[in-house]
Amino acid sequence: MMSGQAFLDRIKNEFGDKITGANLAAIDPWVEVAPEGLVEVCKYLRDQPDLRFNMLNCISGVDYFEPDPKKAAKLDWQPHLEVVYHLSSLPTKISLVLKVILPRWKGDRPGDLPEVPSVSGVWSTADWHEREVFDLVGVRFSGHPDLRRILCPEDWVGYPLRKDYEMPLEYHGIRGR
Amino acid sequence: MTTQLDDPRIIEFDVRTDEMLVNMGPQHPSTHGVLRLVLRTDGEVVSEVTPHIGYLHRCAEKIGENLTPRQWIPYTDRMDYLAGMNMNLGWALTVEKLLGFELPEKARHLRVLIVELNRIASHLVGMGAYGLDLGTFSPFLYAFREREKILDLFEEVCGARLTYSYITVGGATADLPPGWLQKCESFIDQLEPVIDEYHALLTSNAIFVRRTANIGVLSPEMAIDYGCTGPVLRGSGVDRDLRRDGEQRYTEMYDGYAFEVIVQKDGHYPKDHKYPKVPASTVLGDCWHRFYVRMLEVMQSMDLVRQAIDRYSMATGPFGEPVKLNEKLPKGEAYMETEAPRGQMGFYIVSTGSAIPWRARARSSSFCNLSVTHELCRGCLIADVPAIVGSLDIVMGEIDR
Repeated sequence: MMSGQAFLDRIKNEFGDKITGANLAAIDPWVEVAPEGLVEVCKYLRDQPDLRFNMLNCISGVDYFEPDPKKAAKLDWQPHLEVVYHLSSLPTKISLVLKVILPRWKGDRPGDLPEVPSVSGVWSTADWHEREVFDLVGVRFSGHPDLRRILCPEDWVGYPLRKDYEMPLEYHGIRGR
Repeated sequence: MTTQLDDPRIIEFDVRTDEMLVNMGPQHPSTHGVLRLVLRTDGEVVSEVTPHIGYLHRCAEKIGENLTPRQWIPYTDRMDYLAGMNMNLGWALTVEKLLGFELPEKARHLRVLIVELNRIASHLVGMGAYGLDLGTFSPFLYAFREREKILDLFEEVCGARLTYSYITVGGATADLPPGWLQKCESFIDQLEPVIDEYHALLTSNAIFVRRTANIGVLSPEMAIDYGCTGPVLRGSGVDRDLRRDGEQRYTEMYDGYAFEVIVQKDGHYPKDHKYPKVPASTVLGDCWHRFYVRMLEVMQSMDLVRQAIDRYSMATGPFGEPVKLNEKLPKGEAYMETEAPRGQMGFYIVSTGSAIPWRARARSSSFCNLSVTHELCRGCLIADVPAIVGSLDIVMGEIDR
């Protein structure tokens, strides 16, 4: 089994600046990948004979945004979105975390969803998981075969797991709050 | 005007039927809750299935961003409501991983005992409801008769029969009441012969075998590709059980317990000489094998409960100490998966340093298991759709969260 540092050196060597960062000291160490290199990196992780990350466990979207300006001034991070991929390998029983850091809105135009290439061609699990992240967090997965809402109704407005989301007052005559 | 036999209009009229869209659910009884399937059919043959989910979406993840981890425990109960204890455990372990909390020995055995007992209850419902899907009513009643006794045991432990919130961050909310272990042991003694009756009723029943053998065959490659876990994955012959292969924080709970992963190896299941033979008409990965894995897991869990009773009664020290309701969380994030009855249940917690998590995420096993339906149902008969969906043993509460 290779150490975290050796693994990081190896994929940095392979993909260069597509690997934008890493945190090996975290409880679940993670590697940050640039969106444009994501599919390539995922295929590599899945197909290398000694890595074989053949199972995608989970895709989660996390919105880093503090609506309260007083609290936001004290934070040590800028507003952004993260898409987190938890992978594991059945043969080696090792798990890995990938992160893609995105702006909250594409080009800072509110309403324009940030884009990540879809990995549903690498693992089919991603199909529904990406639909869920699109539905609740508001990330567009380019190249996804059928990107539509999955948990909320099709005509729902907004992305509920965004931190600045406001519950609608009314939906088809049903009182919201 | 004369018509000839090879007139294309006649051939079309005679042989082909029109494609039709059939809507199944969300109130259909054999869709296990509020699942809606849209079937594209040509006569009796299904060419395409599109599942529509979300009817039971209760915004659990959004609520999790506004409560402390211990306050969110009751919401995890309501995900897989047939295995509330297992859900509690998954979330409790995730938060403990973030806190770096070390559990006392007695608490570990208590958790194994409770969680395996809940697995039996959950698989019994899975078995009974599957019989119901295939048109036989009585196994359901028998399964609920036994499950009822487990619920009585749980009621004595925590006061609740369905949504327990018993296992919590730092251990459990209370110790087992006096005399409970004896009751539990006598229940297991009494359950063992009953399981053989269930095998006679369903597993080796000729009609049951004809309805499930070689139906909805899931190849191991496809199962892994779609992230299927639990009995669905093991029914396809993939040797993976997180109780053995999971993270150390989880597997150390089962340290010293003797159990074999229920998966077919060289044509045999572990200790299968005691149970009905695998019928020749079945194929590894079909509905029958998924059902059989579940039935064998009931026996496995009974064995684990027995071992846990011994170890728990010998262990000394506290049964765990629940953390404060508003315990401050360290900055960081943790992801953890456990082996719930329906597969790998994952929780992800992100904390920015306050008592309330920044993000609480649940990765549901049924969600991934259901996503493979359209592959399994392609080309099957309409009557096989409930057989296939039922064999996945989904719980909508967990899928929609």
